[in-house]
Amino acid sequence: MSQALLEVQDLVKHFPVGGGLLKGAAGVVRAVEGVTFSIQRGETLGLVGESGCGKTTTGRCVLQLEQPTSGRIVFEGAELTGLSQDKLRTVRRHMQVIFQDPYSSLNPRMTVGDILAEPIKVHRIVSDPAKRQARVRELLEQVGLHAQHARRYPHQLSGGQRQRVGVARALAMQPSLIVCDEPVSALDVSIQAQIINLLEELQARFGLTYLFIAHDLSVVRHISDRVAVMYLGRIVELADRQSLYDEALHPYTRALLSAVPIPDPKLEARRERTVLRGEVPSPLNPPSGCVFHPRCPIAVDRCSAEIPALREIKPGHWAACHLA
Amino acid sequence: MATLLDVRDLKTTFLTSSGVVRAVDGVSWDIEEGETVALVGESGCGKSVSALSVMRLVDEPAGRIESGEIVYKGRDLLKLSEEQMRHVRGREIGMIFQEPMTSLNPVLSIGRQLTEGLEIHMGMKPPEARSRAVEMLAMVGIPDPERRLGQYPHHFSGGMRQRMMIAMALACNPSLILADEPTTALDVTIQAQILELMRDLARRLGVAMLIITHNLGVVARYADRVNVMYAGRIIEQASATELYANPRHPYTLGLLRSVPRLDEPRRARLDPIEGQPPDLTRLPEGCAFAPRCAYRVERCGEVPSLVALGAGHRSACWEAERLVKELAA
Ligand SMILES: Nc1ncnc2c1ncn2[C@@H]1O[C@H](COP(=O)(O)OP(=O)(O)OP(=O)(O)O)[C@@H](O)[C@H]1O
Ligand SMILES: Nc1ncnc2c1ncn2[C@@H]1O[C@H](COP(=O)(O)OP(=O)(O)OP(=O)(O)O)[C@@H](O)[C@H]1O
Ligand SMILES: [Mg+2]
Ligand SMILES: [Mg+2]
Repeated sequence: MSQALLEVQDLVKHFPVGGGLLKGAAGVVRAVEGVTFSIQRGETLGLVGESGCGKTTTGRCVLQLEQPTSGRIVFEGAELTGLSQDKLRTVRRHMQVIFQDPYSSLNPRMTVGDILAEPIKVHRIVSDPAKRQARVRELLEQVGLHAQHARRYPHQLSGGQRQRVGVARALAMQPSLIVCDEPVSALDVSIQAQIINLLEELQARFGLTYLFIAHDLSVVRHISDRVAVMYLGRIVELADRQSLYDEALHPYTRALLSAVPIPDPKLEARRERTVLRGEVPSPLNPPSGCVFHPRCPIAVDRCSAEIPALREIKPGHWAACHLA
Repeated sequence: MATLLDVRDLKTTFLTSSGVVRAVDGVSWDIEEGETVALVGESGCGKSVSALSVMRLVDEPAGRIESGEIVYKGRDLLKLSEEQMRHVRGREIGMIFQEPMTSLNPVLSIGRQLTEGLEIHMGMKPPEARSRAVEMLAMVGIPDPERRLGQYPHHFSGGMRQRMMIAMALACNPSLILADEPTTALDVTIQAQILELMRDLARRLGVAMLIITHNLGVVARYADRVNVMYAGRIIEQASATELYANPRHPYTLGLLRSVPRLDEPRRARLDPIEGQPPDLTRLPEGCAFAPRCAYRVERCGEVPSLVALGAGHRSACWEAERLVKELAA
């Protein structure tokens, strides 16, 4: 078996909060609570789950933008936690990120050309200025923009065009891994499909590997090879796309899938929905046992007492549920 | 069923530094009693402004309702005094806003926000208003409503605030609710809770509803009839079943084809609508969708009007017949 490009083992990230003025109120946000997964070269792993479940934090830990509380992250064979700043810088070039909001992630005072040229210059990927300009034009072309766009400022572009610039900026570093954090959520429906197609084309062309974070399950199914479902800091289910969507084993995954309305009124009229009770609990004070048990339609006594481990129920299909 | 709200040729504009924005550019739609109608379309196409115009809450003086009629129960709302309009907003038409925090008062208790309207518009005495408030909170599924009355909006989660908005909108027994993206800011499982709740309540209380959304799945599940907007105009109008089965405008067709669907086998590639949504201050002559349209012909330089193509089905496209033939083939 080929070695994974990225391996994440027992990743934990806690944020201490409170203290400050009102001492004693301090607590800890258990944003990521023991997450394990790997991604093969050229693969797309989808990461889904509701707001606050720890998707972005997981991505930021992988990118080393956040110092993990504990756990191991192995990228291109190197364990990141032990690396010197110097080594880390080189390794990090090979992992890039595309953000949800293309507007706030682009410097409004720089032209698109400068936004793309700067990292190439800083990291000395291309030192000759003329060649750098050529590289910028090439990047623009690769993401479906024109050379003229290099002279524009971010506010002179539409949302979809700005996201293309975000993609080009990630490509500029010739990464092997791109963490895509909700790359299409802020875009109009008609533009989302353009960007998804672009990401897929680029993946095929450059052999890219994606960690694709999103809350839209239809989009995630389309783009991912395998999908991990998170709930309150934990992965509750992980499987290849087909198995996850056709035979979900975790009651939370099933509820998520049933909550997605399908654009077909005839189908919807016949469709039963599992509507979950209650709200997502706070990661400051997660429930005992299985964190999903207070909302789970099939919970039994054991679920509030014992944390279920993520088990391989069928080959390649993992679930953290006592009843799976 | 009788027509409850009839919007006729409504035009609303905004004066901005980059020119006049024709946010709503001559739209007509209606809602019958007890019915749920959807307004769908992409960001900036004029959905919120349409609803705000009905409530006469358009930001003045930059924003202006230029012309048209908004006939509610036989009266043109545009001809009412501000005083009369306040009564309509309080009693007749409830609104649920896109972002609940902007429409809840952060320094007023949950209880007071509910009882105020009940006292003013329903003439209730404080104890009566209070018990009605408790009843409303319980109805929208807020646990322990008695205790909640003394809390403030920041004590509520996003989902609970949205429930609170629904309770406020329904408190005075309105005939119509305008729900502007009532669940877009919420999580998928909470969205499902809220939408199911709204549908059940609307059915039980016989309230008509306008749902504004960009989610085609939401429309399919909850709407009886649909208006598709593009760049300030309605480009297609039909019953939900008809619209999804037989789209008759290239934009609607494009939207339906561009979204991946969980109920269908995964496609190798998505079919996006090419190009960008238009800038409302620099609209092209003629059909605003033409620059992105695969069916474009010379005639698209003229604005196509919304014409009937069958029972209750209207499309604003010169090439609608060709589209229908091609889809049938
Ligand atoms: N710097 C921080 N300090 C304290 N808490 C944080 C910090 N960053 C994230 N959190 C908390 O950690 C939890 C996980 O947040 P995260 O942003 O990873 O969620 P997410 O799954 O990406 O959600 P969303 O879908 O809303 O983007 C949340 O409860 C969040 O409030
Ligand atoms: N107060 C305002 N001043 C100037 N322009 C405005 C104002 N409010 C709305 N507009 C413009 O009117 C147009 C329609 O806006 P509207 O809010 O109705 O869009 P929408 O369809 O609700 O979009 P979204 O899906 O993003 O909520 C937009 O181009 C918007 O920029
Ligand atoms: Mg996030
Ligand atoms: Mg709006």
